Amino acid sequence: MDQMIFDIVIIGGGPAGLSAGLYGSRAKLTVLVLEKDAFGGQIATTSEVDNYPGAMEGCSGPLLSERIKNQAKEFGTLFEKDEILRLDLSGPIKKIDGKKQTYLCRSVILATGAAPRLGGFKNEEEFRGRGVSYCATCDGNFFEDLEVAVIGGGDSAITEALYLTRFASLVTIIHRRDALRAAKSLAEKAMSHEKIKFLWDSVVEEVQGDGIVEQVRVKNVKTGMLHSLDVNGVFVYVGLNPMTDMLKGQIELDDDRYIKTDENMKTSVAGVYAAGDVRSKKLRQAITAAADGAIAAVSAEHYIEENRGL
Amino acid sequence: MIQLTEANFGDEVLQEKTKPVLVDFWGENCERCHALMPDYQELEHKYGNSIKFCELNTTTSRKLAIKERVLGLPTVVLYIEGEKKEILTPNKIESALSIELLLRQYCS
Repeated sequence: MDQMIFDIVIIGGGPAGLSAGLYGSRAKLTVLVLEKDAFGGQIATTSEVDNYPGAMEGCSGPLLSERIKNQAKEFGTLFEKDEILRLDLSGPIKKIDGKKQTYLCRSVILATGAAPRLGGFKNEEEFRGRGVSYCATCDGNFFEDLEVAVIGGGDSAITEALYLTRFASLVTIIHRRDALRAAKSLAEKAMSHEKIKFLWDSVVEEVQGDGIVEQVRVKNVKTGMLHSLDVNGVFVYVGLNPMTDMLKGQIELDDDRYIKTDENMKTSVAGVYAAGDVRSKKLRQAITAAADGAIAAVSAEHYIEENRGL
Repeated sequence: MIQLTEANFGDEVLQEKTKPVLVDFWGENCERCHALMPDYQELEHKYGNSIKFCELNTTTSRKLAIKERVLGLPTVVLYIEGEKKEILTPNKIESALSIELLLRQYCS
């Protein structure tokens, strides 16, 4: 039996991939979205989405992504949970080897996203799931009436620190600089919050504890002084790494290993597009991911039309 | 699937001497946990004869989870004769396959 050839296979089920699915299906193309973990991507680990137009109080990350997914499904987008092992992107028919099966398609949209970067302190690995976390939404409620630290000074760090004040008795934000990078409105909210305090110019050197995190060793980068802070949770929000390991050598990446595209989301390989956090760009947000996804799907549609019969 | 709480954790897990016990620690706000669940239930069909499968809602049984040294989700722990034998912390669970690979070592 001949294997089905999809018009578009989208790798990654976050806001970029789901939006691409929506636009591709509305164009009456056969579209499959592959996701290895939970649909929604990083937004599924966000408690509150304040900056996506139309999403206001009570709109959690999981809810928003569920709605985009249902919207795409309504127009015929197919979904599969599978993990990609290998890609062959050259040629008019692209081949994607997953753990479950092989997929064939005319066009691929890479929306694999980015994963939280590690904090880089001693014992980080040993204490994962034992107090060191990268997902406040998942793990926040363990820390009711306990003290926690948040590492980072960007939007994610501050948003999640504010979320953690619902549970923790005290949240200490540890930031290696002396000012926050986060949006002003967020920064002001955090600075005036009674449960949040700041350790500026500081980095975490080590976490310690008997089976679970009990304290962190903090170093002031200006004075070199070390001191201990008693906390049971350490939440790490120090940036992202693109999920492009399996693309090396197949597609052009920038110096930080993000995928290079033009403004139509076209990559260095014909018929292959990129969308969302995995793409080389300045602003990585759900809204820019969704926009990328829409553009990528329309570009793929044009490509498929032009190459019909090849 | 056995649902664990403070009330039955001792009997179902710590006092179980006849077969290994697998516990999936999950939480109501944990999307990865929800995504994993159908596959976890599938594993019970496959390995349920030789391993006892349980789930523990950490949102409602928070203190019990912390007592078991679980502070991150999803976490899967294999107990043998009441002792923690294997612990899969969130970073060690790529998919249900990570759990299955572990189970194969304990099933002939």
